[in-house]
Amino acid sequence: MVAKVSALSEGQAPVEKVHVRVLLFAAYRDRLGASELDLELPVGSSVTFLIAYLREQRGAEALPGSPAVAVNQEYAPLNTVLEEGDEVAFIPPVAGG
Amino acid sequence: MDCRITTDSIDAAALANRVRKNSDGAVLLFTGVVRDHDAGRSVVSLKYEAYAEMATEKLREICSAVATQFDIGDIAIVHRIGELSVGEISVAIAVSAPHRDAAYNASREVIERLKREVPIWKRERYADGEDSWVEGTEPQVPEA
Repeated sequence: MVAKVSALSEGQAPVEKVHVRVLLFAAYRDRLGASELDLELPVGSSVTFLIAYLREQRGAEALPGSPAVAVNQEYAPLNTVLEEGDEVAFIPPVAGG
Repeated sequence: MDCRITTDSIDAAALANRVRKNSDGAVLLFTGVVRDHDAGRSVVSLKYEAYAEMATEKLREICSAVATQFDIGDIAIVHRIGELSVGEISVAIAVSAPHRDAAYNASREVIERLKREVPIWKRERYADGEDSWVEGTEPQVPEA
C-alpha cells in the first residue's frame, strides 16, 4: 500500500522539490495506516520537516516528535537534509532476539 | 562469516558446524527461543518483522566489528522473521575461537548489540486472543 502525497500546496509559486520514499514498520505502520509513502517535499527539507508534516497530516499520536530514523538504511540525525530518491525509514524501538 | 535474516526454520546445529575449524578449540552456540509467557501473560506465538535490507546490513556490521574486537575464528548469525510458535528458534549465534573466553564474550556482544541496533520487531499473540507489539529499545542514532 503506497500512498502518494505532496507537501507542496497547489497554486503557489513553483518550488524545487525532491521525492522521497518513506517506510513505516510495526507500530508506526499500524498507526499511520500505510507501510510506504511516496512524498514530494521542498528542496532542502530535513527529516525534522518531514516528521512535522506527517504529524500535521496524520495526527501527533501517529508518530513521536523525535523517532529514530534511517536514511538510506543508516541511522541518521533528524537534521539530515533529504535528497532526491532518498529512502527514509521510521524505526520504532527495536525488539529483535 | 554468515549473517542473515531468514523466513525458514533455523537449524542451529548446522550453524555451529559451519563455524567449526581445526584451529579453534571452542565452538559456542546461542539460541533465542520463543517463550510461552511474557510479563505474566500466556504467549502462544510471536510474529517477527524486519526492515530486511537494513537488518541484514546491521547484522553484517556487527559480525565484522565483533570479529575485530575479539580473537575468534569465525561467526555466524541467523535471525528468523515471520510467525513463530512457542519453542521455535528465533535467533542463533555460533562463534568459534581458539579459546572459550573470546567465544563467550563475542557471543554476548552480538546478542546485546542485536537487541539494541537491528531493526526487527515482534508482536506477541496471547492465549486470550489479544496481541500487541513487544516494547523495544530505542536505537542509538548519531548526534546531529
